[in-house]
Amino acid sequence: MDTRSIENGATTLSRRSFLGASAGVFVLGAVLPMRKGFAQAQGAAEGPAAIAAKPGTKVSAFLEIHPDNSIKLLSPFVEGGQGISTGMAQTVGEELDVDPARFVVECAPPGPDYALVNGIRMTGGSYSTRSSYPVMRQLGATARDMFLRAGAARLKVQVEELSTEDGVVIHAASGRKLTYGELAAEAFQLKPAENVPLRDEKSFRYIRKPFPRLDVRDKSTGRARYSIDQHVDGMLFAAVVHAPFFGTEPQSIANEAEAKAMPGVHQVHKLPGAVAVTANSWWRARKAVEALDVTWSEPKPTGLDTIAADFSSDAMLEGLRSNTAKGLSAEEEGDADTAMKNAAKVIEADYHAPYLSHAQMEPPSALAQFAADGSLDVWLPNQMPELFQKVAADTAGLKPEQVRIHSPILGGFFGRHFVYGPANPFPQAILLAKATGRPVKVVWSREEEFLNDALRPLSHTSFRAALDADGNVTAITARTVGEGPLGRYFGVGPVDSSAVEGIVEKPYAIPNRRMEYVKLAHPVNIAFWRSVGHSMNDFFYEGFLDEVALAGGHDPFEYRMKLVEKSQRHKTLLETVAKLSGGWKRGPYEAEGGKRARGVALASPFGSETATIAEVSLDGDGVRVHNLWIAFDPGSIVNPAIVKAQVQSAAALGLSAALVEQVVYGKGVRRDQNYDTYQILTREMMPKVLVEIVESGAPMGGVGEPGLPGVPPAVVNAVAALTGKRVRSLPLANTSLTGA
Amino acid sequence: MIEVTINGGRRRVDVEPDTPLLFVLRDTLGMTGTKYGCGIAACGACTVMMDGQAVRSCQLPIDSIGGAKIQTIDAIEEDDVGRRVVEAWVDLQVPQCGYCQSGQVMAATALLKETPQPTDDDIAAAMTNLCRCGTYNMIADAIRKAAG
Ligand code: FES
Ligand code: FES
Repeated sequence: MDTRSIENGATTLSRRSFLGASAGVFVLGAVLPMRKGFAQAQGAAEGPAAIAAKPGTKVSAFLEIHPDNSIKLLSPFVEGGQGISTGMAQTVGEELDVDPARFVVECAPPGPDYALVNGIRMTGGSYSTRSSYPVMRQLGATARDMFLRAGAARLKVQVEELSTEDGVVIHAASGRKLTYGELAAEAFQLKPAENVPLRDEKSFRYIRKPFPRLDVRDKSTGRARYSIDQHVDGMLFAAVVHAPFFGTEPQSIANEAEAKAMPGVHQVHKLPGAVAVTANSWWRARKAVEALDVTWSEPKPTGLDTIAADFSSDAMLEGLRSNTAKGLSAEEEGDADTAMKNAAKVIEADYHAPYLSHAQMEPPSALAQFAADGSLDVWLPNQMPELFQKVAADTAGLKPEQVRIHSPILGGFFGRHFVYGPANPFPQAILLAKATGRPVKVVWSREEEFLNDALRPLSHTSFRAALDADGNVTAITARTVGEGPLGRYFGVGPVDSSAVEGIVEKPYAIPNRRMEYVKLAHPVNIAFWRSVGHSMNDFFYEGFLDEVALAGGHDPFEYRMKLVEKSQRHKTLLETVAKLSGGWKRGPYEAEGGKRARGVALASPFGSETATIAEVSLDGDGVRVHNLWIAFDPGSIVNPAIVKAQVQSAAALGLSAALVEQVVYGKGVRRDQNYDTYQILTREMMPKVLVEIVESGAPMGGVGEPGLPGVPPAVVNAVAALTGKRVRSLPLANTSLTGA
Repeated sequence: MIEVTINGGRRRVDVEPDTPLLFVLRDTLGMTGTKYGCGIAACGACTVMMDGQAVRSCQLPIDSIGGAKIQTIDAIEEDDVGRRVVEAWVDLQVPQCGYCQSGQVMAATALLKETPQPTDDDIAAAMTNLCRCGTYNMIADAIRKAAG
């Protein structure tokens, strides 16, 4: 009787519809994929970009300069370890003429000024730096010009007589100086000038330098505050337990009175697809919620929002494999059918990769607080503040402008923190704050996170290749069956680029190609996961390409060289990675501790290019990876230290996926609930990683994700070189390498 | 009321005796530098030192601590070894998202207190905390640097 049933908002939380009304606004003009480049979108005639001043031009939306000359930069992007806050400070600081070390960088609140990624705002797709770099430079230059003009007015001199130095306007002739802080009030009254000239790149002091990240000390001393650490006075803690089967609802709770009598418990609640307990500590809330004896509705047959009690990932894979629907063309060149008919040899192979969890170390949480005027504050991990604002407003029955979104730094994201319907805790926090009349912080236990995270989709691709009498490949075809997150959440289609990227647009000169895509929706809540479709598709393609090379009697490295012969960019990368590894050799060869071998892979993710070589040996029945060498060409860069760190980090995640990771469904539920059984890369498995950056001068590409996709195929290709065994599914832990 | 010594001060808390130290720190005392990652002693995000030894506070019932001295990340710079570890972490720019790093710094500090000049095997044996951002190599380098 004390249970507050919170049904309002339930319907708006359906994962199929959450982007229906709200995201339409954000995806006008087919902003994704964004290869068309940044400049076009700046002139957007419709969509949010048109509502306000051109994004990225209003200086006061980005910079707060205080009288003591301290500087706050409001960043359009959320920091999750990728170093974007520091990169932004370097970029703005370079033109503004302020040492980036003096910046405090915070993620900006929702607002049209921050829609810098082709007319929308998000942190993802490795877009942050490359989309914002020219605008942020210009913003810094524009602001500096305002300080110069304000200084000239104050000192009654000509602007040309003034210079700046680290946040100070200087009149050399008279020796007079004014800090930006002293001038801020006047400067921000001025109309920004257009086309303020930028610094000569040769005189860069901060951009392209390995500037130390601004948040490292706080992160080394426990002072960094994440969503899970937020606190407001009078706050209740909430713990939740979700329905065992996706799409079922709580019906009754047998022992509610006992739970309510447990120490510190405030209330027992029913939520859409979950039950919750609010209490005065999270531990107490959790103990009580896990003690609840809940009767759940019967699982429905597997559908779009439901998972039946007989669902399994094996059966899902079988469904992808056995699908015979006609595919849509994702890439077509030449005449693959005729080439297959005339082939001296045709080879074919099937590849697949499992569902994956994000397994970011910070469990998801959200804190919601209603103010006296009915408006709402929400602190939550998110990669898209405006979208979360809209969904939060819908959940609370408010207008978006009544919701203040706070975006603390993320304890890892890898694609975890988009709006994924029931995989986000913030609607629960809002409903509970409403029900209790108190601020509520919801924290998901690690178990709830592993059971409810939105997943990197399972996928399957079958390949065929035609070889001529000399063993040269004349045609390749691929058939990919599955679903990608861009199609589901952003309506990209009918061919979902996030399902086929890594299989299409490869750099190889293969004259006849036919790549096709069949959409087969997952009942599972799917997600973006670091490097998205590339996270598996480059493994598929580059593994198969190794098979093609070997079937034709070629060395896989030399053969790739030949296939990219006309592309200097790719040739340079292959040469660079070969050199980095001490010269290409496939092996096997003898080394300390036994035989080793190497594999190579190319990948072209997110506007960047990578070449990867892995060195492996056998360790019992498993694989030990000793070295990863990665040549990485993102066109041009802002901070070499951050770029290297990101490539290493992405490589570690790629290796994790290659070696051990998988989400397995059996009998309608996920098998693994915590890190004891959901394996991720441990220190023991970590190889040496050597990265070399190549700046080809091509348009700036992404940095956060591209280090990943080359790793799984390089490792699997090395395993083939070592053992003769071709592994066509991940993780490697599923395959016995020594036995049958 | 249960009494514990945390970072040199006596603290009295009104919690159930089986409450893990982690949640006493985070929820009762508002010391959120120590992180919750898994709750089952599998990830190390919650690592603190108890009488100089690394322990995973998510599996440490508050009533089992008795008179032992607890040190947390919040006061790490007041510890000579801890300060060196933090400086090495900053110099080598170890953290990425940073969420695991409170635990990593505590584990590293405990290791160096016990073994001032650790070998690679010592590091491997002591540093079993998970890092989803894959900073393992940087962590090992920073420990070597802090060891001097
Ligand atoms: S939270 Fe204690 S070991 Fe993971
Ligand atoms: S730095 Fe992100 S989990 Fe370790």
